[in-house]
Amino acid sequence: MAKKISILIVDDEESVRDSLYNWFIEDGYRVECAENAKLALTMLESDSFDIILADIKMPGMDGLEMLRRIKSLKKDSIVIIMTAFAAVDTAVQALKDGAFDYITKPFDPDDLSHLIRNASKQISLIEENEILKENVVSLQNVEDMIGKSEAIKKVFREIESVAQSNASVIITGESGTGKELVARAIHSNSPRKFFPLVSVHCGSLTESLLESELFGHEKGAFTGAVYNRKGRFEMADSGTIFLDEIATISPKMQVELLRVLETKSFVRVGGNKEISSDFRVICATNRDLKTMVEKGLFREDLFYRLNVVNINVPPLRERIEDIPLLAEYFIKKYCTSMNRPLISIDTSALKRLEEFPFPGNIRELENMIERAIVVGKGKKISLRDLPIGKETVNTSIESLGELEKNHIVQILEKYNWNISVAAKALKVDRVTLYNKIKKYNLKSAQ
Amino acid sequence: MNQEHIMLISFGYFGKAFPEMIAEDVEHEFSIPVIIREGHLDLSEFYNPARRQYDGNNLLKKIDSTFASDSAKTLAIFNVDLFIPILTYIFGQAFLNGKSGIASIYRLSNERYGIANDDTILLDRLRKEVIHELGHTFGLIHCHVSDCVMRSSTYVEDIDQKSHHLCSKCRMEVGKQKLPFVK
Repeated sequence: MAKKISILIVDDEESVRDSLYNWFIEDGYRVECAENAKLALTMLESDSFDIILADIKMPGMDGLEMLRRIKSLKKDSIVIIMTAFAAVDTAVQALKDGAFDYITKPFDPDDLSHLIRNASKQISLIEENEILKENVVSLQNVEDMIGKSEAIKKVFREIESVAQSNASVIITGESGTGKELVARAIHSNSPRKFFPLVSVHCGSLTESLLESELFGHEKGAFTGAVYNRKGRFEMADSGTIFLDEIATISPKMQVELLRVLETKSFVRVGGNKEISSDFRVICATNRDLKTMVEKGLFREDLFYRLNVVNINVPPLRERIEDIPLLAEYFIKKYCTSMNRPLISIDTSALKRLEEFPFPGNIRELENMIERAIVVGKGKKISLRDLPIGKETVNTSIESLGELEKNHIVQILEKYNWNISVAAKALKVDRVTLYNKIKKYNLKSAQ
Repeated sequence: MNQEHIMLISFGYFGKAFPEMIAEDVEHEFSIPVIIREGHLDLSEFYNPARRQYDGNNLLKKIDSTFASDSAKTLAIFNVDLFIPILTYIFGQAFLNGKSGIASIYRLSNERYGIANDDTILLDRLRKEVIHELGHTFGLIHCHVSDCVMRSSTYVEDIDQKSHHLCSKCRMEVGKQKLPFVK
């Protein structure tokens, strides 16, 4: 059910307040009245109204001053100014100060009706926009982070509890576990979600490049610096900066970073102007920073500054129960992007995936599924589409005879060409094995 | 309040005929007997010379205090141009969930808009306006159903677009209001 729209009428004339009150009540709005601007502002402190209809001329504070104060309290407020005279300059001033519209008394009933309908439409658009934004955020979270295991649920809970704060976070975990996704989830569930999440892959940049990348540079700071350039810290103003592979930064950059984190201000390379930026910092590493601190490879003060909250993302082998969900997710993702009909995965292939240790974690699983969709021909991903277990399923062999020959050779080699033992292992009699050796012209390598 | 009947009181020079012609429809919409009577009131005290119109707010208060009773919903019909301070004109108004309302035939007539008079249209508009204002006295607010009589109408052509019937939702609301008083 749609929310009941609320209207606050501010006018020093009782008859005007009563008339408007009765008119709006009949339209089903929630209506309150105030006889002066001061009372209206007091009411607005404890109650919120969707539309404020205010007279421009009132004893004490006038409607324009009230409009300015309301706008400073709540920018989105819809204020309609009522005036007894169609004075263009005051109307223009009201609109400049943020009034939604103005109307000359007495109003034509139809004009008033239209005005309120327009304002109501504006309110519902604002609300709809908010809902859509929330949906977009929640969709991102749902789609990007997949899993039902206890291990990943723990990560979800940690994200939820840390998202609303401004605390620095270090995300740890093996390569390919989805540390950047965790950073994105924290950002998109935080109050900073409407501002950018700026990612920097520290490991891929040299010290001087990283410095310029993080702090920006002034024109002429170095050869090739033709224009001023904003750094990542500056770009992340009001948002979040994500420093991936933080363990790789040099001791000099560690000092610089510590200073920026403490002061939230910095100077561009080649510049002398102090620039402030309000950012939240999230870092990620696949290395043990604490051990690095103990060995003197990472500054202790920077470690404690960054490590306010630590979220450890478990490796895939510790969340095996998530593999079917992840596989399904990646199948959907790649079938859609390759414009292929949606396929599934057969039980034996899925079982093989669940048994595989995945040293490269989710990234490896994703690549495996992508490859299987590219090379696979059927409606299901089967064992032969997976690059694991090649030693048992050799797709280059097509004839049954060749497969038999290879298998017999493997078993004979295994038992040092002891015919009796090999025949027993193959569950055939010795004569049959001799016949096969003769048929395939097999000879011991020794 | 026990609404035993609806009282339609006509003030002005169009006589009793119009209210009688709409009484049956009013009775049918609210399922309450309608009584018609003529009223006499000196309207000069409600006249605003600056606007050359009659003050709808004061007139409604007068009807409520002098002509209305607790056992009826009272609707006064006038033939004068009504206004309220904030609006240029009104067709009528009523106390929401109260015991009285007013309506005027003045702006319902085609003659006011430079078109030839048509009593059938005029009567139809009055019927809708009376039922609309009485609906407010039963606690009904404006309805968004396009042909419901409780839809807000700010000009006469708007009145012509809707029917003189309550939609099922509004009818149900009126039913809830009346239920405790059913004998």
